[in-house]
Amino acid sequence: MVWVLPAVLLLCIFCYLPLVQNLGFSLLKWDIYSGRQTFVGADNYLKMVNDPIFWKSLLNNTLYAGISILFQVFGALVLAALVEGLPSPRLRGALRAIYFVPSAISLTVAGLLFYFIYEPRMGILNAALETLGLGNFTQAWLGQENTAIFGIIAMSQWQGFGYCTLLFAVALQRIPSELFEAASIDGVGPVRRFFSISLPLVREMSSLMMIVTVSGAFQVFNEVMVMTTGGPNNSSQVLGTWLYRSGFVRNDFGYAAAIATAVFVITLVLAVLQLRLAKRRRVEW
Amino acid sequence: MVTRTSVLMLLGRVFVQAFLVALAIVVIYPLLWMLLNGVKSNSELFANPFALPETWRWENYVTAWNRGVGDYLTTSVLVTVASTVATVLISAWAAYGLTRVKIPFNRTILILILAGLMLAPTVALIPLVKMFQALGLYNSFWALLILYTAFRVPFTTFLIRAYMLDLPLEVDEAAAVDGASKARAFWQVILPMCRPIIISTILLNVLFTWNEYLFAMIFTSGGALQTLPVGLTNLMAKHGTDYPVVFAGMAIAAVPVIVLFFAGQRYFIRGLADGVGK
Repeated sequence: MVWVLPAVLLLCIFCYLPLVQNLGFSLLKWDIYSGRQTFVGADNYLKMVNDPIFWKSLLNNTLYAGISILFQVFGALVLAALVEGLPSPRLRGALRAIYFVPSAISLTVAGLLFYFIYEPRMGILNAALETLGLGNFTQAWLGQENTAIFGIIAMSQWQGFGYCTLLFAVALQRIPSELFEAASIDGVGPVRRFFSISLPLVREMSSLMMIVTVSGAFQVFNEVMVMTTGGPNNSSQVLGTWLYRSGFVRNDFGYAAAIATAVFVITLVLAVLQLRLAKRRRVEW
Repeated sequence: MVTRTSVLMLLGRVFVQAFLVALAIVVIYPLLWMLLNGVKSNSELFANPFALPETWRWENYVTAWNRGVGDYLTTSVLVTVASTVATVLISAWAAYGLTRVKIPFNRTILILILAGLMLAPTVALIPLVKMFQALGLYNSFWALLILYTAFRVPFTTFLIRAYMLDLPLEVDEAAAVDGASKARAFWQVILPMCRPIIISTILLNVLFTWNEYLFAMIFTSGGALQTLPVGLTNLMAKHGTDYPVVFAGMAIAAVPVIVLFFAGQRYFIRGLADGVGK
């Protein structure tokens, strides 16, 4: 019993207790400075469903999830298949490692770096567009309401795709090579080999990656804080930053707790899905 | 004999290879740009973003270090070492208890620990602030140490437990026959046998702690207590017009983990692959 005690205590006190407390807090109107708390029932939740910025944030998280699925699940899978198809093992290893490097650095560094890349006067994005004769497309990427969130999402794809490519590469390596060889001998081309062998056999990994990616997309915080703090005009706000702003800047802890409950429900649903997938029988070969 | 399809195949292969290498260059270029900008002057930065610096101003790195990056780095190292040691030890104990010692409610405890995997830190944030204020630990080294450990134990236990399950029970029996207590069996037999996964979990926890932002930002406010991810945003806010120094600070934060990744690649990949639910 002694062996598991520290872990159990830590989790109960610092993970599960706050989770329960959060539900209670979301029913309060709570001024953090005066410390005054009043029970207001479902008011914070009503406020939430009527708050256009809450919906904007949810939409941005959803965009984040959708684009990440496209690039970090499908894109990374195709990329992993291409890399694993290369003849030279050294090149394969080098590419996997290089693609992963952005995932090793912090989101703060990555966010600041892309803040500068998008910066209109010194950034390389506008400079590159001008060099390519696409000067018409230069703009203040993070300074405009219609481009800011996409600028952040693009950074996130750069940061995260190598991690997914690496994991898919590992999954692909676990497929017995005889399968591919047999198919080659039968005259099956590389594209069909991908669709008929690789894709079905890494389906489980793909589903897990999708859930991990979507779950991550609903917990985004760091990069948005660093790159735009949710602006301009709340156009790049996500649930995490709106929660922070509501609680710590606008001094409305009860409302922040209600947003936290929304995040909890979303991540819980995804986690249950993940669990069911992990339990499902694996493909045997 | 050269057939039309084999020529097409060869072209395809060359094209794929060129594309993959080009992608690698596009991916890595921003990081090189960051390193180079750290040795430029401010005016060079604005003149031509692609140009190499005329003189390499390594003093920017010294300036960044003196403007707080040195302190942030020290804090980051301390927090990372302390929380990694605490997390891996507590998780290894838990994994040992769950796999090799008969304890009551084994199944319940397992679920209790692994369920923590699904918990998003944002969800517990508001009550945690209140709790740490009440404990008098708000804005302290302990806040970060406790939070990082608590939130990383589930994942770390998950990895070590999976590894311990594969170790044969005969090992424990042999240790018991030799008269070793459970504690001695853990320290001298089981833990050394888990070396590969322990290294993986150490590396993954170092990476996590070094880069963590949400807790670091909310639970510390004094300069001396801030870790690199938060400190860098301070550097940016305070000296934001001295861009090369900011770039130098970013490079100082990024380089250690990149080096660590290349040094321990094998262990990283193993930990990551097992962690996503093998």
